[in-house]
Formats: sequence, C-alpha cells, structure tokens
Amino acid sequence: MREIEYREAIREAVIEEMDKDKSVFLIGEDIGVYGGAFRAYKGLLEKYGPERVINTPISEIGVVGAGVGAALTGQRPIAEIMFIDFTTLAMDQIVNQAAKIRYMTGDSLNVPMVIRTQGGAGRGVAAQHSQSLEAWFYHVPGLKVVMPATSYDVKGLLKTAIRDDNPVVFLEHKMIYLLKGEVPEEEYTIPFGEADIKREGSDITIVAYSNMLFKSLEAARELEKNGISCEVVDPRTLVPLDIDTIIDSVKKTGRLVVVTEACERGSVASDISAKVTEKAFDWLDAPVKIVAGLNTPIPYNSILEQASIPHAKDIVAAVKDIA
Amino acid sequence: MSKLTKESKIKILKDLITIRRFEERTIQMYAAGEFGGYLHPYIGMEAIAAGACAAIEEKDYIVSTHRGHGHCIAKGADLNKMMAELLGKATGYCKGRGGSMHIADTELKMLGANGIVGGGIPISIGAGFGAKMRGEGEVVLCFFGDGASNNGVFHEALNMTAIFKLPVIYICENNLYAISMCSLDSVACEDIGKRACAYGIPGHIIEGSDPVIVYNTVKKAIKHAREGKGPSLIEAKTYRFYGHHPNDPAEYRTKEESEYYKKEKDPLINFKKMMTKEKVITKKEIEKMEKNIVEEVENAVDFAHNSPEPELAVFLEEVKQI
Repeated sequence: MREIEYREAIREAVIEEMDKDKSVFLIGEDIGVYGGAFRAYKGLLEKYGPERVINTPISEIGVVGAGVGAALTGQRPIAEIMFIDFTTLAMDQIVNQAAKIRYMTGDSLNVPMVIRTQGGAGRGVAAQHSQSLEAWFYHVPGLKVVMPATSYDVKGLLKTAIRDDNPVVFLEHKMIYLLKGEVPEEEYTIPFGEADIKREGSDITIVAYSNMLFKSLEAARELEKNGISCEVVDPRTLVPLDIDTIIDSVKKTGRLVVVTEACERGSVASDISAKVTEKAFDWLDAPVKIVAGLNTPIPYNSILEQASIPHAKDIVAAVKDIA
Repeated sequence: MSKLTKESKIKILKDLITIRRFEERTIQMYAAGEFGGYLHPYIGMEAIAAGACAAIEEKDYIVSTHRGHGHCIAKGADLNKMMAELLGKATGYCKGRGGSMHIADTELKMLGANGIVGGGIPISIGAGFGAKMRGEGEVVLCFFGDGASNNGVFHEALNMTAIFKLPVIYICENNLYAISMCSLDSVACEDIGKRACAYGIPGHIIEGSDPVIVYNTVKKAIKHAREGKGPSLIEAKTYRFYGHHPNDPAEYRTKEESEYYKKEKDPLINFKKMMTKEKVITKKEIEKMEKNIVEEVENAVDFAHNSPEPELAVFLEEVKQI
C-alpha cells in the first residue's frame, strides 16, 4: 500500500470533500499562496480559487466567527487556527457560540464547522507555540474533539469531521506532519467514537493518542524484549470517547497506563483514568498510572523542553511500575 | 520639530549597526543549526527601533513583538544575555526558558518580546495605567506590525488608552506583510495611521527607514503623552529584507520589490551616508565603530557558547511550584 505524509493525507481529505460538496470552503491565515503554515493546503488556492480558499488578516476570532456565521447560513467551513495556542484569541466564538448554538436554539440552528489546528512540543518554539490544550475543548459540551495520530486516521476522520453537522475541533500535532503512513487509494471514512487497537497485547493496556501513540508503540516494542505484552489503544476521538473499547481491553489485561503529552493537571488522561477506575475497578490488578507532561509552560531550551513531555522511557517505567 | 544632538545621532548609528550585525550573526548560527525554534530577523527595519528608542528615556517602557531583537538592542539590552538566551543557556535573559520570542528585562523596562501577534498590545494598556498612577512621566512604546493592526486587541487598546488618556505610543511597523498576507490586501483603510481618527488620537504616517523622522515623530508623541493628552498612533512604513523567518523563501513577494527596498531603503546605508555627508562622523570612525561592534557580537557568541545549559534538577524543582 502507498505511504503518504500526514499532511498529504489531510490535503487529500480536503480535496475529496471540496470536490464532492461545493459548500465546503477553507478559511484561515496564510492558507493562500503560502499553502498553510505546515503546507497542508499546497496548491489549493490555485485549484479552488480565492472564493473557497479565503486568506484572512490576523483575526482568529474573525476566522472562527466567520466559520460560525457561514455554517449557520448553509456553508460547511473548515476554519484553520495556525497554532492551538492562538485559539485563546477565538474562545468566545468556539466556546460560547459554535459549541452552544444548537443546544440553546433547541436544534433550530446548527453549526457544521470544522476547526482545524495543531499543537504539541518538540520543535523548540517555546511556551506560546507548543501547548496541548485538548482538555479545554474536551470540557466544553457541544464540541467534538478529534486527535488523529496516523495518516490513515487523519484522512478518514477529517472526512467524517467535514461531513458532521456539528462543530468539530480537529487537533493535529506539529511533529507528525511529515510522518508517513499507509493510506489506501480507495475512499474511506472513519466514524467518531471508535478507538483503534494499534497493537494487541495481553499484560497491560496503554491508552495513548496523537504524538504519544508513537512513543507508546516504541515503549511497547521495548517492553516486549522484557517479556511484557502491551496492548496499545488509540482513542482517536476524545469526544465522543470510545470508553468501551478501553474497558474491554482493561478487562483482558487488568492493568492500565494512560499517556498524554499535555500537562498532567486536569488532563484528558486523568478523566479516562477516573472513568476506568469507576467502571472497571473489579478488573484492575493495579492502580491506573498516568504518564503526562510536567505542569509547566514549555521551556525554550531543548533539554528542558524534552524533560517537560513524556518519552518512551517514561512509558516503559510506568508500565514496569505496575506490571 | 526636535533637533537631534550629536550624541543621539551617534547612538542611533551604533544601534543600527549593532542590530544589523547581531541579526546577521544569528541567522548564520541558525542556518548552522546552533539553535532551534523560531527566529524573526529585524533586518531592514532597524531605523524604527533605533529612532524610537533614542527618543525615550531610561525610565520609559517598551513592549515588543516576535520580531523583537531590534527593540531590545536599541533599549540597551546586553548582547551577551541576548545571545545566551537564543542558545537557551542559563545565562540568558530568561535563563533559557523563553528563547528569541520572549526576551524581557525589568531593569531595562522591556516588558517582553511576544510570541502572540498583538500579545503586547493589551499589556501596553496596563503599562500605561501603571505609568499614570505613578505620575513620574513615564511613557510606553508599544511596537506591533501591520498584521496586528487588523486584530481586535489593537482597536480595543487604542480605544481604551484614548478614553483614559494613557501615556502609550503605538508604533505600527508596517513592513507590508504578515507572513504571506500583504497589508495592501489586509488593511481596509488606506493607511494604518489613519485608524487613529477612529479613536480621536493623533495619527502619524511616516517613512520608517529614516531614523531621524522616526525620532522626531516619537518625540512629538512623547510630548503629547507627558502633557497628559493620551496615546498616539505612528505608522512607520518599512520592509523586512528576509522572509518571515530565515527559511521562508518569501515567494509571496516579487524580486523587484525586495531589490528596491534593499537598494533604496536600507536604513543603515542611508544613515551612514547622511552622517558622513553632514560631517557628524568620518568614514574611518564608522569603520572603527563597526569593528568594535562586530567584536562585541563575537564576544556575545563566545559568551553564549561557553555558558552552561540550565540545570535539569533546578528546572524540575521549579516545576513543582507551578
């Protein structure tokens, strides 16, 4: 099967959906001739023209607000925020408008919009460009939160997001854009709320998403050498969360490590851990362990930056702690 | 109209050269992989920082941008500590925690470079309040770009500082591009400086490649602020010789355009010509100054190279308090 870059998979999904549905359009900063800050939109301005690839001034709240308004009036926008750190500037439109309009209007209005953004550390771009803020959006009812790790997942899930009649916060990771993965030629979509068992195992369950999926797979390969068989479950969508697949895995293995790059305090990992402990306590042979980022703004210095986020060795240590 | 003293002119020249050499050297180091993250060279725009910072006093504040090395240097930043910060060393201005986009120093009244477009603009409102409350005649220079002038924070800040008559001077460095978006396409009105009238404050639209013009205009705005009359908006037309960052080929600009600015609007070349023509300084003295500055920059590089990395153990302890 062919292998394509994560950002190429995004581009393919966007092209397929834009060709299929004329109401789909792109809006964001530097998405025109520049092709997007991470080049996921290369060539799209040329292909679809400025009416469907709208390059805006710097106004994150304008970008998201425009998305909300366009969605309310029959279009299907994909609004891009260059860095998740900049969603802070658009929060009212994301949280008070997009997320709540359907509910507040008793289904009279709905917002079929995708907000695409990226986050994560490892590029040395410091505190205001490296955050993992999925917990914020996870915590706002009315938003779906999708966080794909692989090229295959990002393509299938983005297509589903674009077709969804409700707001989807689509979170990519800056360190994954150039990673290649197998993607079939044929069209496919991936439904929300379906976790993917990326590696089958029997001794311990590791739940990990986005860039941490790769570190968990690395840890699993390492642990195999020590005779520990890890099952790695990638939730892929945080809202809706496929807690059943996670619990089924825990019922099989009896042990759970939840991994997140985000800082530990108030993380999605904490929530997953609490849910599993509540629903599958009788199957747990050890406490649930969380491997998360340190509670710190991401430092610029690369040694400190690397120390602020989890790596395979931290996941290995956590597993060994409860294995 | 203010008349620059010889002292001010020499300071401006020194700052223009220092900023240029510092930026050139860091671009070299960045290309060689000596440090990572983002770097946003100020080359081509030096006249604004140099002219503006020559007009203010030590007690005055500056609020900067992601493209902030020029502002920091003109405010009197220590090149050693700046270079060390770029290399993420423990001896840097931010102990290696911040990097290029977040350099700040209380003593120098530098309220920070900022990684968020317009991030410093609301901060300038508060700095203005602080200055007004202390009543010591401090002013605040708030630098930002054409891109930021389209953002809500700009409009909210101009309105707020105007109604409270805060001593803030808003300096828009219009270098025509916000990454790839040309300000001619992104700004709805003819000139950003004209936006001042929406807030009832003085607006100036000036040639940003001439530090004397910048100096004189900022002086006017300082007088206005110190007389308790509130903020001013200055739009300084300028150009960045590099792309948004060194790896940006800037294909959204034409070669003719970049060549024009590099040839006709180089603040350093033009100011040197002016200084020698008006016999303020000789070519030989300029050469000597350049030589000293290059040495100073090189010393900063050595200082940074020889400085230690931050200690991991210290960082981990620090994190416990956050």
